[in-house]
Amino acid sequence: MALLEINRDECTGCAACVEVCPFGSLRLDDEDIAVVDETCTACGACLPECPVEALSLPPPPARGGEGGVEEVDLSAYQGVWFWVEQFQGQAGSISWEMAGKGRELADALGTTLTACVLGQGVEHVAQEAICYGADRVLLVDDPTLSVYRTDPYAAVLVDLVQRYKPEVFILGASTRGRDLAGSVATKLRTGLTADCTELTIDPETRLLRQTRPAFGGNIMATILCPHHRPQMATVRHRVFEMPQMDTSRQGQLVRHRPIMGEGEIASKVVDFIVQEGQVNLADAQVIVAGGRGVGGPEGFAPIRELAEVLGGAVGASRSTVDAGWIPYAHQVGQTGRTVRPDLYVACGISGAIQHLAGMKTASCIVAINTDPEAPIFQVAHYGIVGDLFQVVPALAQQFRQRLHK
Amino acid sequence: MHAIVCIKQVPDTTEVKVNPETGTLIREGVPSIINPFDTYAIEEALRLREKFSGRVTVVSMGPPQAEDALREAIAMGADEAILLSDRAFAGADTLATAYTLAEAIRRIGDYDLVICGRQAIDGDTGQVGPGIANRLGIPQLTYVSRIRQVDLENKAITVERLVEEGCEVVASTLPAVVTVNKDINQPRYPDFKGVIRSRGVDIPVWDAGVLEGADPAQCGLDGSPTRVVRVFTPPPRQEEAEIIEADTVEKAAALLVERLLGEEVIRNQVFGKNLVSKPRGKSSGPARDQPR
Repeated sequence: MALLEINRDECTGCAACVEVCPFGSLRLDDEDIAVVDETCTACGACLPECPVEALSLPPPPARGGEGGVEEVDLSAYQGVWFWVEQFQGQAGSISWEMAGKGRELADALGTTLTACVLGQGVEHVAQEAICYGADRVLLVDDPTLSVYRTDPYAAVLVDLVQRYKPEVFILGASTRGRDLAGSVATKLRTGLTADCTELTIDPETRLLRQTRPAFGGNIMATILCPHHRPQMATVRHRVFEMPQMDTSRQGQLVRHRPIMGEGEIASKVVDFIVQEGQVNLADAQVIVAGGRGVGGPEGFAPIRELAEVLGGAVGASRSTVDAGWIPYAHQVGQTGRTVRPDLYVACGISGAIQHLAGMKTASCIVAINTDPEAPIFQVAHYGIVGDLFQVVPALAQQFRQRLHK
Repeated sequence: MHAIVCIKQVPDTTEVKVNPETGTLIREGVPSIINPFDTYAIEEALRLREKFSGRVTVVSMGPPQAEDALREAIAMGADEAILLSDRAFAGADTLATAYTLAEAIRRIGDYDLVICGRQAIDGDTGQVGPGIANRLGIPQLTYVSRIRQVDLENKAITVERLVEEGCEVVASTLPAVVTVNKDINQPRYPDFKGVIRSRGVDIPVWDAGVLEGADPAQCGLDGSPTRVVRVFTPPPRQEEAEIIEADTVEKAAALLVERLLGEEVIRNQVFGKNLVSKPRGKSSGPARDQPR
């Protein structure tokens, strides 16, 4: 299935492509000529590396016409949009981080920034959106939207996009944001890039350059959506800076009606359970996390204590979750949550690559581990080699003094 | 009960190591595995079958060697497996992947549930599940930690979804697409009987020709609105960790706290917030409630 074409006459066997392939799909054959296997994903990483231009991929389908891609008049699409995620009338910080980034993108394009606010009794959120940078808010306030549900929310957004035709639409990479974006983009038959950590406008093409980590953060990919609109992306928590609120900002408020009636909606949220000690790892400024070194469920006691002193959340490595010492909601890493706190204190965590994938972009990482060779020290900014059961309580004590608690 | 499970073969990242000098991945000899989240999807389907009887069909889109992943699913206990493999499917992004899988599911037909892992560990998008649901026109229930109830007679399902603020209990209609978290169950290991069966079972390969009615222009690279234009390795961090050493644990802890206080981000964000009662304390981040 490999789509990569290799011109055997041109290939010099320099192996530059072999080295850069993120998927290990290339190798040199017996004649020292590059060959590609079936694992090639046509990502194109190798193309610019080849000094003799021996590599090629099939050209992207021309806009409209061939390839069955519907003709899209790109110039009809204008403006940058973001979805304001709110829970019980309170907007998440990710929403305003997007307002800040969205403002930047809109300014770079010389266009306007629009916020989509859906919910019940959320007019105050619409006002906030303006204060954080939106020029216009599309507000749909209705009992059917009181709690997030995929279908009625997606129906509203699809309708609004079809009416107003934005060129860029960003949503938070939260569980709801990813759930909603996946639905909306499919209905609109447009491209969607998950979990972006960088968004910029290409000054020449005016296209949205969407950069995201892949393969557990070990490689980064920049993705474009050249011929479909809107260009959709979800963005990670706490990557973009929170803008200052400006209560003097003025904006336009446009009200719309919901698309689906209650009778047409297949799903119902029947209950919401907040577990004791439930943490929102995605939003946490401070995370204190425990690994295998905690030794058992009760070993999380000092971790919890330090987290409490710092007003932070409790994280955990996969092995502690798999051992049943702490619920899955706490798991940080590739098969748990990806977090980006200001401070991450890793206690008794060795630092497997899957764990690092979930936390290595934290602003400041502290590692506490008895093993000085533990890989966690390679990503840490500060480390103490020692027993977490001594070090962590001592840290809690020191912080308590500093914080006058 | 008929459950269709969509799985993906991915490189086993537990085997991936990073070259500390170049910061690039060392992939040599990295085996391929079933995407970890997908093993929970298979397990959940098997448990539902045990409860309600019926069958479990596993589908994967990928290169010919993805057949190995399907055989493993059979070894776990799945009844049948189908491989979607064709050059026309290659280079697909999530929109095209979901389209192709949905077309295959339509062709398999007569299902109560489609179960997927919440995301694949190589792409990490979580977009294919919602994509399939939308193409099939059925509800999607993502990030599910527990299936509370399945009522085949009344075509109803109740699940618990893990969201940032807690656990959301959602009731919906069947058929539906469910994507699962890893706290939903503990996947079984294949038993001897399963392994033997998996070796002999015939796994049909469906190409674009088999998916009659599917629009080839919506599959593979042609059907993918997104294009990867650059792939790079993030530069490895140069500076090394400062290891704090002192005679006693207390001194080391005090020294570390001192250092952290010196970090602007910590001082402002962490300490600032906790010192709000002090009149001259620095405020943390944007002041939401303060009018100018």
